[in-house]
Amino acid sequence: MHSDAIVIGAGAVGAACARALAGAGLTVTVLDASGAAAGTSGQGEGNLLVSDKLRGPELSLAMRSLELWDGLQRELDDELPPGIPPLEYERKGGLVVATTDDGAAPLLDFAAQQRAAGIDARPLTAAEALDLEPDLNPAVTAAVFYPEDAQVQPVNATEALLASARARGARTVFGARVIAALPAASDRLTGVRTTRGDFTADHVILAAGPWSGEVAACLGASLPVRPRRGVVLVTTRMPHRIFHKVYDADYVAAVESDAASLQTSSVIESTAGGTVLVGSSRQQRGFDDALDLTAVREIAEKATRVFPFLAGASVMRVYGGFRPFLPDHLPVIGPDPAVAGLWHATGHEGAGIGLALGTAELLRDLVTGRAPQLEPGAFAPSRGTLAAA
Amino acid sequence: MLPPERDPIAPAAPEAVTIIVDGIPVSGVAGQSVAGVMLAAGRLAWRTTAAARRPRGVFCGIGVCFDCLVEVNGARDVRACQRIARDGDVVAFQDETLPGGAA
Amino acid sequence: MTRVAVVGAGPAGLAAASAALRAGAEVTLLDAAAATGGQYWRHLPPSRPAAREARLHQGWRDFTMLSRAVARHPRATVIAGAQVWAVEPCAFGDRAPTLQYAVGDADGSDRDVRTLSPDALVLATGAHDLTLPFPGWDLPGVFTGGAAQALAKSERVAVGERVVVAGAGPFLLPVAASLLSAGAEVAGVFEASPAGTLAAGWASGAASVAAMPHKLGELAGYVVGQLRGRVPYRAGAGVIAAHGIDRVEAVTVAALDADWRPIPGTERVIACDAVAVSHGFTPRLELAIAAGCALADDFDKLNPAGLDGLDPAHFDGLNPAGLDRLNPAEPAAPRPWSRFVAVDDDQRTSVPRVFAAGEVTGIAGADAALREGGLAGWLAAGGDPGDRRVAAARRRIARYRGFARALDAAHGIRPGWTDWLTRETTVCRCEELSYGRLTDVLEATGSRSIRALKLATRAGLGPCQGRICGRTVESIAAARNGAPLDGVVIDRRPIAAPIRFSELARLPHPEERHEP
Ligand SMILES: Cc1cc2nc3c(=O)[nH]c(=O)nc-3n(C[C@H](O)[C@H](O)[C@H](O)COP(=O)(O)OP(=O)(O)OC[C@H]3O[C@@H](n4cnc5c(N)ncnc54)[C@H](O)[C@@H]3O)c2cc1C
Ligand SMILES: Cc1cc2nc3c(=O)[nH]c(=O)nc-3n(C[C@H](O)[C@H](O)[C@H](O)COP(=O)(O)OP(=O)(O)OC[C@H]3O[C@@H](n4cnc5c(N)ncnc54)[C@H](O)[C@@H]3O)c2cc1C
Ligand code: FES
Repeated sequence: MHSDAIVIGAGAVGAACARALAGAGLTVTVLDASGAAAGTSGQGEGNLLVSDKLRGPELSLAMRSLELWDGLQRELDDELPPGIPPLEYERKGGLVVATTDDGAAPLLDFAAQQRAAGIDARPLTAAEALDLEPDLNPAVTAAVFYPEDAQVQPVNATEALLASARARGARTVFGARVIAALPAASDRLTGVRTTRGDFTADHVILAAGPWSGEVAACLGASLPVRPRRGVVLVTTRMPHRIFHKVYDADYVAAVESDAASLQTSSVIESTAGGTVLVGSSRQQRGFDDALDLTAVREIAEKATRVFPFLAGASVMRVYGGFRPFLPDHLPVIGPDPAVAGLWHATGHEGAGIGLALGTAELLRDLVTGRAPQLEPGAFAPSRGTLAAA
Repeated sequence: MLPPERDPIAPAAPEAVTIIVDGIPVSGVAGQSVAGVMLAAGRLAWRTTAAARRPRGVFCGIGVCFDCLVEVNGARDVRACQRIARDGDVVAFQDETLPGGAA
Repeated sequence: MTRVAVVGAGPAGLAAASAALRAGAEVTLLDAAAATGGQYWRHLPPSRPAAREARLHQGWRDFTMLSRAVARHPRATVIAGAQVWAVEPCAFGDRAPTLQYAVGDADGSDRDVRTLSPDALVLATGAHDLTLPFPGWDLPGVFTGGAAQALAKSERVAVGERVVVAGAGPFLLPVAASLLSAGAEVAGVFEASPAGTLAAGWASGAASVAAMPHKLGELAGYVVGQLRGRVPYRAGAGVIAAHGIDRVEAVTVAALDADWRPIPGTERVIACDAVAVSHGFTPRLELAIAAGCALADDFDKLNPAGLDGLDPAHFDGLNPAGLDRLNPAEPAAPRPWSRFVAVDDDQRTSVPRVFAAGEVTGIAGADAALREGGLAGWLAAGGDPGDRRVAAARRRIARYRGFARALDAAHGIRPGWTDWLTRETTVCRCEELSYGRLTDVLEATGSRSIRALKLATRAGLGPCQGRICGRTVESIAAARNGAPLDGVVIDRRPIAAPIRFSELARLPHPEERHEP
């Protein structure tokens, strides 16, 4: 069967792309080796952040995405069947705190640069921080509040975007692993071979998260996407004592880092279910998903420094996934430089949920030849910073 | 609890323990679980569920369902069916309302 | 000297420890419960020795002999109240996995956190009741059979004055017997499988069952002995609803057909103040999965010839790891009710130096657990495989596997049970997910991913981590949307029991963790 576009991957990014393309009138088929949100989008958190970003293309993409997330629930309300769970979109705001003397100055500097770039970043006194979060460690040395930081429940968001795409005529095929390009009569990609048969299309969009490198290879392209492991701790349900997203100031350094070794920082928030999520670690170790207690212990220690009351809380679960990581820390959104008909929408590392909607909009504009809202050059798969990798 | 003098297996004379359950002293027998003490005292439920606010007590009795959670001496999330009651233990019922009270 | 760790001190674990000691090993036996004995030999605490404890138990002499022999042995360390909360596979494969365990009051806040890296590991973590949901099963006063059993045996507390016992399997009989012994009245025992299924099922295993006079004798003994004349027993009937406001006051019992579908018009209400319901057992797989052991979901795969050099493809769709090892082809419908640790004829799992024994490897009762444990412990300790007792044990175990098959044929869960659910029936007790909500989400999403389904419905995200609802949710999802494709096994719980932040902070740093 033929469609205008095939999207490979039913994660948050693929789902958002499918919805945007279907909304532009294209016939779309989403193929996934597994099920919806069965990959990274079901293994991470749903922070939609500006607080960890600096001036540059990623910030523009993040700000545009936030704007789109803000309007999404309203758009979906009319479209979706009742069985689709709520997005749990909440603009609860983020509070970044430093708990050491050394950490204070860099945090305040970072916030000043962000303000210059247009981010609402408000330095707070310790007393003001404690007003927002009464159980915070009173020994905070610096605090900045980011009212724009928001969150969604990533699996629900993926399912909702996919359901909306289906309502716009898209088709989802699960259990279809892409294994090869269809033998091409021309020099253009005409479709893909999967474990559930062949699918042809004018455009093939690769949104296979951390597996995108492998899939690109089997389609004759090259993309240096690598997995970067992260784990999150989940507590048992507890009385509501954490009201915003709260991070320790190490978080920004960990995101920006290239180190392959283990790095941890605290990202703490309560969920609608009453549990508290405590993330997260960053580590490059391939697709090895064995439990790493060193990471778990470090995350727990840092979180207890931010919220001392957590010492008595119980961790009942840890989970984790593999962030799709590109060496220059920017996603790829646009046409493959070598294989005509192949498009990329991947490599969002630890921000793929947050950036999904802006990514989909930009990709749609490029595929359909509309004038893009955002400058696409920085995200182009042909960019020089990827060539070396 | 079956009175020992009527018990066909003839257990040794029980040694009493007293625990404070929701502010009220309740007596049991040394070696009993916190859940066993409460059940034997005629209390069938102690936890309230988060969403529908329904009563819960023991279900599996062997530590796998976590229905019987209580706070013991200030520590939350203790499985009452697994915790052996100690004289003077203070048992409180857990409050599990969801954030914002929403269901 | 070989250092053997055994997790679980039920029949399988005790037998493993004792055999490993006989083979000359140094043995550490860990169990989370306050006393050894497992589920089968739950007994009064040492502070209350009972003169005639043996009356409550089958094989009580086996227990006292085994537990004494192990406890007094100079090469044995027995630690009760030891909750193993994580297992880390050995990165280089030259050692058994490392155990992380916490010792102290159950769920206490200042337990002693300890680490153990043995040369060989025997997992004997047993099973817990499998209770299918029905309307009202979340009312106080509804218990699993195991709860009724445990409270009666180890506390002499009857869960009610007038108790209905229901579900499936021979286990219902000892539950009724111990309720009687604790002073309760048993209003009836209701076995879901109709007489025809029972007869055909047990006949299918006739040879192996006939070879086990003890086991059959046990069943028959219960029926004609303690229960006869005191307890009505009915096959082909089940509790399909419990009623009451804040506690159970009555149940509806209905006749069930061969598929366990309630037969309309046969409903009858029975007043009672407690219900004990068990439809089978769920093995406690989390430690085995964390250790990397392969699972199998049917009896033929459970014991493939020569598990050494196992082809992972054999277990496709059951691999605990994620997507990267996904089966490309559409997997056959899983049989979540019968998923166990796969072992070979020597009780070896797919992971070198890791053995499994007892109900984690299949439900065949305590005698089977004893034999399997003995074999596993002996071989884990490096005991002579040519020892004549090894061959004898293998033969016995093969027969028990026949028994397990017959048990499943006679009493195994049949798909019609979902007919007794209503939209309002709670499926996930922790997160209060209703059957209606679950099916709405399945319908709207077409979900084929267990991971995504859990997050979208919250099924299995509560404190029990899917122990109670997991297999139910899996089978409902598979029946509606087809077999899950994400290879996620709901029994995967890298954190096997809750652990406090303060305890995590006390974990030894990795550089301190290397043992001599
Ligand atoms: C611990 C952790 C915390 C995180 N926290 C956040 C956060 O707070 N905010 C945020 O924005 N992001 C966060 N992330 C990152 C975010 O989860 C990812 O960036 C995002 O999910 C990527 O989505 P995706 O759609 O690109 O990929 P995925 O969700 O991985 O989807 C890829 C899909 O491709 C499919 N696939 C793979 N190979 C094939 C094939 N050959 N054929 C067909 N299909 C195939 C897979 O089955 C999968 O469903 C976090 C990640 C982790 C690990
Ligand atoms: C509640 C209950 C009561 C039963 N009563 C009877 C009966 O009366 N008659 C009958 O024929 N059959 C009974 N059965 C069936 C019975 O389980 C088996 O026949 C037999 O006990 C199996 O032995 P096992 O050694 O495999 O496991 P078990 O006896 O279940 O022993 C497993 C042990 O492992 C421990 N364990 C598990 N996980 C961990 C961990 N992470 N850390 C530390 N320790 C752990 C448990 O505490 C347990 O003591 C009962 C089952 C249950 C669940
Ligand atoms: S009753 Fe199930 S854990 Fe206590």
